[in-house]
Amino acid sequence: MAFSGFSDTTTPQPKKDLPRISGSEAVIRSFLAEGVETIFGYPGGAIIPVYDALYDYRDQINHVLVRHEQCALHAAQGYARATGKTGVCIVTSGPGATNTVTGLADAMLDSTPIVLISGQVASTTLGTDAFQEINFIEITNSVTKWNCQVKRAEDIPEAIARAFYIASSGRPGPVVIDITKDAQIGLMDFDYKPTKFIRSYIPHHDIDNDQILEAARLINLSRKPMALIGQGVILGGAEQELKEFLEKSGIPAASTLLGLSALPSDHPQYVGMLGMHGNYAPNFKNRDCDLLIAIGMRFDDRVTGDPSKFGINAKIIHMEIDPAEVNKLVYADVAVMGDVKRTLPLLTEKITKCDHSAWLDEFRVCYNIEREDIIEPAIERRGPHLRMGEVVDAVSQQFNDAILVTDVGQQQMFASRYFRFKRSRSIITSGGLGTMGFGLPAAIGAKIGAPERDVCLFVGDGGLQMTSQELGTIYQSQVGVKIVLMNNGFLGMVRQWQELFYNKRYSFTELVNPDFEFLAKANHIPYRCVERHEELDEAITQMRESEGAFLLEVRVQREENVFPMVPAGQPVDKIRLE
Amino acid sequence: MEKEFIITVFSENKVGLLSQITTVFTHRNVNIESLTASESAVDGVHKYTIIVKNDEEKVANLVKQIEKKIDVLKVFCYSPSEVVLQQVALYKVQRGRNVEDLVRRHNVRILDIHDDFIVLEKTGHKAEIQELYQMLAPYGLYQFVCSGPVAIIKSRRELLDEYLDYVNERQKKLE
Repeated sequence: MAFSGFSDTTTPQPKKDLPRISGSEAVIRSFLAEGVETIFGYPGGAIIPVYDALYDYRDQINHVLVRHEQCALHAAQGYARATGKTGVCIVTSGPGATNTVTGLADAMLDSTPIVLISGQVASTTLGTDAFQEINFIEITNSVTKWNCQVKRAEDIPEAIARAFYIASSGRPGPVVIDITKDAQIGLMDFDYKPTKFIRSYIPHHDIDNDQILEAARLINLSRKPMALIGQGVILGGAEQELKEFLEKSGIPAASTLLGLSALPSDHPQYVGMLGMHGNYAPNFKNRDCDLLIAIGMRFDDRVTGDPSKFGINAKIIHMEIDPAEVNKLVYADVAVMGDVKRTLPLLTEKITKCDHSAWLDEFRVCYNIEREDIIEPAIERRGPHLRMGEVVDAVSQQFNDAILVTDVGQQQMFASRYFRFKRSRSIITSGGLGTMGFGLPAAIGAKIGAPERDVCLFVGDGGLQMTSQELGTIYQSQVGVKIVLMNNGFLGMVRQWQELFYNKRYSFTELVNPDFEFLAKANHIPYRCVERHEELDEAITQMRESEGAFLLEVRVQREENVFPMVPAGQPVDKIRLE
Repeated sequence: MEKEFIITVFSENKVGLLSQITTVFTHRNVNIESLTASESAVDGVHKYTIIVKNDEEKVANLVKQIEKKIDVLKVFCYSPSEVVLQQVALYKVQRGRNVEDLVRRHNVRILDIHDDFIVLEKTGHKAEIQELYQMLAPYGLYQFVCSGPVAIIKSRRELLDEYLDYVNERQKKLE
């Protein structure tokens, strides 16, 4: 059936045998039909009816009351990325809705499945600038995969069914369903059918066998190939398929920031992280490659540097689910369209078993240079101050199967460089949008989604203060997040750029901070502060052994830089070690 | 190199879709030369005809970004030689012998006649419409309005039907 856009104006006749319930209850029962267990939200005037319905389902759905709607989104993102399920949020109209825009944009750029229900004023007052009315559909057009306004109770189940289908299928993304207050109150006959097909939306196209054969031919001919692992592997659940492909092909594999943990850090073919602050080897060797196999990644400019020089001597195979990403930034010689979960095994079948150990050794030579010049000095316990690299390394040693959540900035880069991953879905970070303040709420969502795992958050003093009100959520909902606050009294990454490219003119990057101990204590969160190398391990142990949440403030060196670094807009092989 | 392209978008009839489509252009700083929206030959399917001038690579990317919109069924992109393009213009001019001569010579329809002015309609290519404009201007042109072009492909194939057949097959496979 074609989607009518709910333009049908006929009055539906009551159907026998179906329960007659309110639109609000239909929202909740639709959630239950989709297997929703947790909702992140914040009540308000235009969504009170849905909250009223939720009151009767408290034993079936866990509602987490955040302290700001932006954080409902980030928490749902953390939840979605830790579990693979769709994150669900409820907010009210007007300011409640506009507060979510950053979270939607973040989920859009990082392909995170989210369903957001926003309240809206009654349909009779739409367009009158009513109290807390805002045209949320228009606002969210460019930050959602799909959005839809519902003005009649009977349209709610179909809209929600579509929302879950669209959010989670193909390349995932955020979906907004804006429900007017009269639709929430109106009565309807509840009948839920999950969506399995939309004629204007093809989540993944049919696999083209010729492209598989052509990709296999290029792989079999290549002498210096490199695989680039993106988040598509994790989203598709194709970790095993990736491993089989790599082990048969013998190809060295690097990862994007969001692709981290798809392959364990200690895999013999893993050669490090791509990108501006990635590892030396996969950046430096880029120009030597004769073939790049991009697996579920989108050639973000933080990965490619100057895209015209990226893989300049290489053919490119782009394995991708979203047709709009192919040839967007980097020309693909072969585009293998489809979910990598399905295309990788077909490709593995067609390639010949190969050994690239001499080529892999070239990456090891580069790694050894980086280890000597960068890694060892960064993680070494020496010098007058604690430094971020050693803190990440020390935490990673004690939390060896944790989910790493980061905020944005220097700690994000140190954490993604030095944290070691054992299994997939172990990194949650804001890659595309680079949202400061993402870390704390995302960690809350991750811990709620994966209570059996440790969740370690690295956050700077700037980022923590962007969303520090969520410490209240941690207390109210008793979320056992381990927070490592890297306090250097600066907006470190901007300061680094000011140092390197703006003649050390530290324009408004120095922070005069509150006493974080009081902030922790005010929210009943156990706290400790360390400043010396010799206290570090013991403090981390205390954090690990303490039950529930913990805030470990680490006073780190004030002016430390993240290296290596590809200067913005430069070819990646121009990566600087200092 | 900048060239003219005719983008035709087929979509479900959903409120706000036009705004979603134009967002794709504004996001990439591409100017829309003209845009017309109408129903298509398929019941319930809307058709947008959009003219842009840009380089081929950028337009190819735009097309994919529009097609990515969930309620968009299919997007096609043509060069001017692949389609029949027409637009319609209305001219309100002062009555007079010279104007009536022009009407006869240029295959122009008269839509409305008043004591002191007439309303003319000309359907054709942009160049023809502009030519007539230039000719009428000296005789007192009160008002002028022109639609954007609409286009129909010269090929026999009905590409939208092929797409709908394809998705119907997919749906059957799912069931």
